[in-house]
Amino acid sequence: MKILVAVKRVIDYNVQVRVKDDNTGVVTDNVKMSTNPPDDNAIEEAVKIKEAGKATEVVAVSIGEEKAQETVRKALAVGADRGILIKADGVLEPLAVSKLLQKIVQKEKPDLVFMGKQAIDDDCNQTGQMLSALLNWPQATFASKIEIKDKKLEVTREIDEGLETIEINIPAIVTCDLRLNEPRYASLPNIMKAKKKPIEQLNASDLGVDTSPRIEQIKVEEPPKRKAGIKVSSVAELVQKLKNEAKVI
Amino acid sequence: MSVLLIAEHNNKELRPFTLNAVTAASQIDSDVHAVIIGQNCSDVVKSLSELPLVKKVIHIEAAHYENFVAENFAPVIVKLADNYSHIICSANTFGKNLMPRIAAALDTSQISDIIKVIDADTFLRPIYAGNAFATVKSKDAKKCVTIRPTSFDACESSGGSAPIEKADPGEEFGHTKFIKREEIKSDRPELGTARVVISGGRGMQSGDNFKLITSIADKLNAAIGASRAAVDAGYISNDHQVGQTGKVVVPDLYIAVGISGAIQHLAGMKESKIIVAINKDGEAPIFSVADYGLEADLFEALPQFLEELNKLNTIQK
Repeated sequence: MKILVAVKRVIDYNVQVRVKDDNTGVVTDNVKMSTNPPDDNAIEEAVKIKEAGKATEVVAVSIGEEKAQETVRKALAVGADRGILIKADGVLEPLAVSKLLQKIVQKEKPDLVFMGKQAIDDDCNQTGQMLSALLNWPQATFASKIEIKDKKLEVTREIDEGLETIEINIPAIVTCDLRLNEPRYASLPNIMKAKKKPIEQLNASDLGVDTSPRIEQIKVEEPPKRKAGIKVSSVAELVQKLKNEAKVI
Repeated sequence: MSVLLIAEHNNKELRPFTLNAVTAASQIDSDVHAVIIGQNCSDVVKSLSELPLVKKVIHIEAAHYENFVAENFAPVIVKLADNYSHIICSANTFGKNLMPRIAAALDTSQISDIIKVIDADTFLRPIYAGNAFATVKSKDAKKCVTIRPTSFDACESSGGSAPIEKADPGEEFGHTKFIKREEIKSDRPELGTARVVISGGRGMQSGDNFKLITSIADKLNAAIGASRAAVDAGYISNDHQVGQTGKVVVPDLYIAVGISGAIQHLAGMKESKIIVAINKDGEAPIFSVADYGLEADLFEALPQFLEELNKLNTIQK
């Protein structure tokens, strides 16, 4: 079985994101970039399945500027066998990304495609579901547990009301939740080894997909600031303030 | 052109956020049609038709719709889409799972999780965990939009009598089988709609210690929330998680206990009207968004808090 894992390069989750002065976007120059956190869970799960002898190959794919190669390289360092980088400039909407991934799926013919449930930059939460619609494959979104059963997967999904379990036939798409597993760190020898693993480079423009944006970003602004609060010195003062000043209890 | 709202329900009643989604839909166009897909859900169809803002209800039933599998839902909605300019749904796990499948089939670039309708093509939505707000304009002829329910008021729930039209079900997808749903039943208000929310974080140190929070929640008729750290540590189940990848809450009062205030947690609660932070680390980022901060050991503060509440003659419910 072959697993394709899509990974995205995003601003590191610990960075306090700042809006650009001209309101055209957020500041990305000299900002630490990392793999989108739930994509790390997706890679980890694929590698674990391979280590358990249930998959033969894990391929990591990323789409974006040249530097997204680092994100693919990191996936190789934690156990993916080879990488694919689809080079594309500018903003790519999830619809365009899923069309590009569809091309890779047609070429690579994986049995499973894993990715994070949501990217922490645009917070869209669309790509996995869209890819699964384009391929007409089953989808298991927000997965917190995956069990492989012959040609099927049993997946536990995190939903608003609690947990849901579904069974899907392979081939399938799984989008991963943060609680699926604990992603490992790459060891130094594995980072060195990853440098020798192949990364195939393609250009989005050569894949015959129209990636031009359908959504115009008119402006990006700071959210309204909260007015500064106060520190209270005791629980009694807190309760008094909530009762008489804020009038919420 | 009319807008199509996808109703979220459990075959017995409407999920409360459907009412917020109806409000958002009505701000795009007053001719709101609502589609309800399920099995043995005629009571819900009736309540949907009673929403005054809904002008028509489209009712689709079949056994394979009982468990809301997106692969079964998407094709029938795509079939209806011809008559509509917009398809709208709440951005909770139901809508997040379903809408992109519809959008991709319609070759539409979806706009997720809007917090404001500016005009029929233009919307405001948070990005980067709410650290920036983007104004975006769709150039697609047909628009698929999910709405952040807490950013829109619930619509009136009675007084309407929209006509109900039956539509034919689609085929079953066949590759996805529902097995079970483990819903956590609680007598408390729902986290998403509660007037008061009290949340615990890693500082709670154990699941057992959450009883300190429970007793205050009982007193205030509050919902119980948690940070991702507390859920990951197994102190409390995932349906309590507040944050970028959990639930977004906007209560009148949010009490954060033993929560440091990671960006991802703030994304889920910083629009609350009044925020209280109780934390022993005076430098914790949670204090930067708190209206009232109490620097204290929560194991001393929470019992005192309960005691002070017990002294009050009246407590709002």
